[in-house]
Amino acid sequence: MAALRTALASAALLLAGGALLGWATDGFRAFTTENARRLAVQRHPVAVPDAALQDQSGARFALADLRGRWLLVDFVYTSCPTLCLALGGDFAQLQAALAGPIAQDRVALLSISFDPVRDTPDRLTGYLKQFGGHGAGWRAARPVDAEGLARLEQTFGITVIPDGMGGYTHNGGIHLVDPRGRLVQIFDPGDPAAVARESERRLQG
Amino acid sequence: MRRALLASALGLLLALLALRPLLEARMTAQMLLQIPLLVCVGVVLGHVLPARWSAHVAPWNRGGLSGLVLATVAVMFWMLPRSLDAAAREPLMDVAKHLSLPLLAGMPIALSWPRAGFVIRGVVLLELVASCFRLGWLYLISPLRLCNNYALDDQRRLGAWLLVIGFALLAWIAFKLLWGNMDARRLSPGADDRGRDAAYPLH
Repeated sequence: MAALRTALASAALLLAGGALLGWATDGFRAFTTENARRLAVQRHPVAVPDAALQDQSGARFALADLRGRWLLVDFVYTSCPTLCLALGGDFAQLQAALAGPIAQDRVALLSISFDPVRDTPDRLTGYLKQFGGHGAGWRAARPVDAEGLARLEQTFGITVIPDGMGGYTHNGGIHLVDPRGRLVQIFDPGDPAAVARESERRLQG
Repeated sequence: MRRALLASALGLLLALLALRPLLEARMTAQMLLQIPLLVCVGVVLGHVLPARWSAHVAPWNRGGLSGLVLATVAVMFWMLPRSLDAAAREPLMDVAKHLSLPLLAGMPIALSWPRAGFVIRGVVLLELVASCFRLGWLYLISPLRLCNNYALDDQRRLGAWLLVIGFALLAWIAFKLLWGNMDARRLSPGADDRGRDAAYPLH
């Protein structure tokens, strides 16, 4: 009897455990938070909250003002020695690849700083120049208040941890926001051509 | 004795709760201290469980199989990078971690390990060693961070530690196999539910 009961109990536990692990990994597709947030927004687009921003020219605007066009958004800090350089390079290529739709104001690029104290408009200007960003269609901006930044980080799924040496460890990607202000897709850094292709496809669709 | 054990388990749990911010600030501390100690809390709790309760479970847990399956699943869940991230960020997941590791991993281990024979112990221990090597190697060489809340050097340090722990476990198992008690007639007391295998080492 004990053997049969144990077999039943173990089988039930294995099944339940398999179901739990499947549920916890979106069907064994996302084992990391980074993949999970990509899958999550593709399934259920997230409404992006509004936040007051100040761009590289010092001009203030609301994120919600940018609705009505497709937005490619990344999160950076200008003294970043690693990931933000890759993202900056990607954005420079995207600015060129999407020059047509950008000129028609159907697409815009926005780099949001999560280090608003140090990333003054001057520093943001320097960041854009560093990548040959020529202003048209690519703005770098910092949130004006801490609550706005926290809301954006929460919604976009950006985790920023101070590295103890004045810099930050952070995750990143290129975030596609639709004209209705919903985050619909997140791309890995390093493949701007794929981002440009997908953006063009959505512009036509 | 029972009261002292219960008190020490609860004391350890309270200490772990108090040190939570410290233990969850580093991936290494979370994986190598917090999680194993939470399992320990459950192991101690399992030892102070009234005998009537454990007798009730025993017929469903021949050779400790069901309990070890449950503990494996519970530990696997908390080895997912997503789960570690979520526990560090979301209070609800953190509560789930502090409850599930003692109750669904530690306690079943305490109820099952004494019933487990040589083969089952061997499988569990070698799988543990293999997991240390697998995860250790992955953490050591991965150029990507697996947890958004932890830095890459933390992940690498954890990887190196896991390899060290894997080797230490392997050395301990090899020592037990080579120099342990191989006398087939010497069964440990209370071994009513064990096969002949139980006489081998790894006890």
